[in-house]
Amino acid sequence: MADELKGWKDLPLGGVAPGGSARELQKTGSWRAQRPIWHEDKCIQCLQCWLHCPDDSILIHSGKMTGIDYDHCKGCGLCAAICPKDALEMVPEREGTCAK
Amino acid sequence: MRKVMTGHKAVAEAMRQIEPDVVAVYPITPQSEIAEYYAQYVHDGVVHSELVPVESEHSAMSACVGAAAAGARVMTATSSQGLALMVEVLYIAAGMRLPIVMALANRSLSAPINIHCDHADAYLARDAGAFQIFCESAQEAYDYTLIAQRIAEHDKVRIPGIVNLDGFTLTHTSQVVEPLEDEAAKKFVGPLKALYPLLDVDHPVSAGTFAMPDYYFELKRAQAAAIEEVANVFLKVQQDYASLAGRRYAGFIEPYRMDDAERAVVVMGSTAGTAKVAVDGLRKKGEKVGVLKVWLYRPFPYAEVAQALATVQAAAILDRAFSFGAMGALYSDVAAALAHSERRPTLANYIYGLGGRDVTVDQILQAFAELKEARPETRLRYLGLRE
Repeated sequence: MADELKGWKDLPLGGVAPGGSARELQKTGSWRAQRPIWHEDKCIQCLQCWLHCPDDSILIHSGKMTGIDYDHCKGCGLCAAICPKDALEMVPEREGTCAK
Repeated sequence: MRKVMTGHKAVAEAMRQIEPDVVAVYPITPQSEIAEYYAQYVHDGVVHSELVPVESEHSAMSACVGAAAAGARVMTATSSQGLALMVEVLYIAAGMRLPIVMALANRSLSAPINIHCDHADAYLARDAGAFQIFCESAQEAYDYTLIAQRIAEHDKVRIPGIVNLDGFTLTHTSQVVEPLEDEAAKKFVGPLKALYPLLDVDHPVSAGTFAMPDYYFELKRAQAAAIEEVANVFLKVQQDYASLAGRRYAGFIEPYRMDDAERAVVVMGSTAGTAKVAVDGLRKKGEKVGVLKVWLYRPFPYAEVAQALATVQAAAILDRAFSFGAMGALYSDVAAALAHSERRPTLANYIYGLGGRDVTVDQILQAFAELKEARPETRLRYLGLRE
């Protein structure tokens, strides 16, 4: 994230955000109330979670799900809801944080 | 070719020629015929627009926002309570910098319920961030619909535009209108350049974003620059249109017999025509009177209004709606325009024609007569009101 704030003449028209630019913001998931926990043993790598995540917070490496980007995940629960194998579980943020 | 048509038909004809990708609309009196005409065009295959018959005006403007953000050319139309329901989303359309052009069949706001003309709806949307043009005739409603489309879609503008035409007085009466040939109209408006087309997957954006105290102010400042830019673009587009169509349009305001006028009325919409008749009558009697018609209401042409009124001794500003608890909205703008002028007329503010109350030549004559005795004051006067 740029340290210097831009002036009004340098902003994109209508305040659109270019694709992927939210990643430049270091932490947008800090207000998450629930966090998804990934149970790798149950995961069949169908990538439905990645497809549905509105915040691009399912981490992928070499075409496989490798974890969750908690800096940007808002805890919406879509991944857990769509997962066909219950490999993602939503837990209260405090508990999830402690568990780690 | 000159044709006889209502104001509604004139607007619908302009829309047919523009042929937007999407028209999302909900019918409301007295705007309904615009929606009906356009639905007929779509049904008959005359246009290839996507007509979205929504369940409310809030949804109409929301559908317009979605389509415009996706890169479509979008139009709609509404009136009164319909605009009131749209206003929340109209602010969003302006903030997202979406060039949505809409006809507004001017009608009073409830309560009491009334379907007839005044300008309360236009004033309600005054601060939404859309530019606003007021029309005197069906011809102007046609012309300024084409002009508004070009302005709204200009690179430096990209905001919604409202073309006001007085409900019933203009929408439902038949007048002689001379539209452009289809090809000429289409060429005048030109193609829309979509800035962030939804299907451009190589350059995706998020639209309708969130801005905290660190950026909200700057984004609104940029929006203010966009509507200020309308003034420059308006003059150029209006000039292009005037030479193409052979109209005598030149500027944000239309002065009528103002050259040596000592008294003037300042007015918007169809009442300008009534005022011109009153002025013609008084001129025959040797009275030096004139009309200043305001075409471009937002952005307001402060400098031009001040200049036009600089040599006038007294001016009556006619507001067709209350701004409750304050002087009329148009009066406030005109007073602000004159605040820094060394030479300025004594001003009077009249509220007139609410809820479709007939606006007569006699009422305008009354205003001109009272201007002879005009004194500096801050109070509302009324035309056509029973005490």
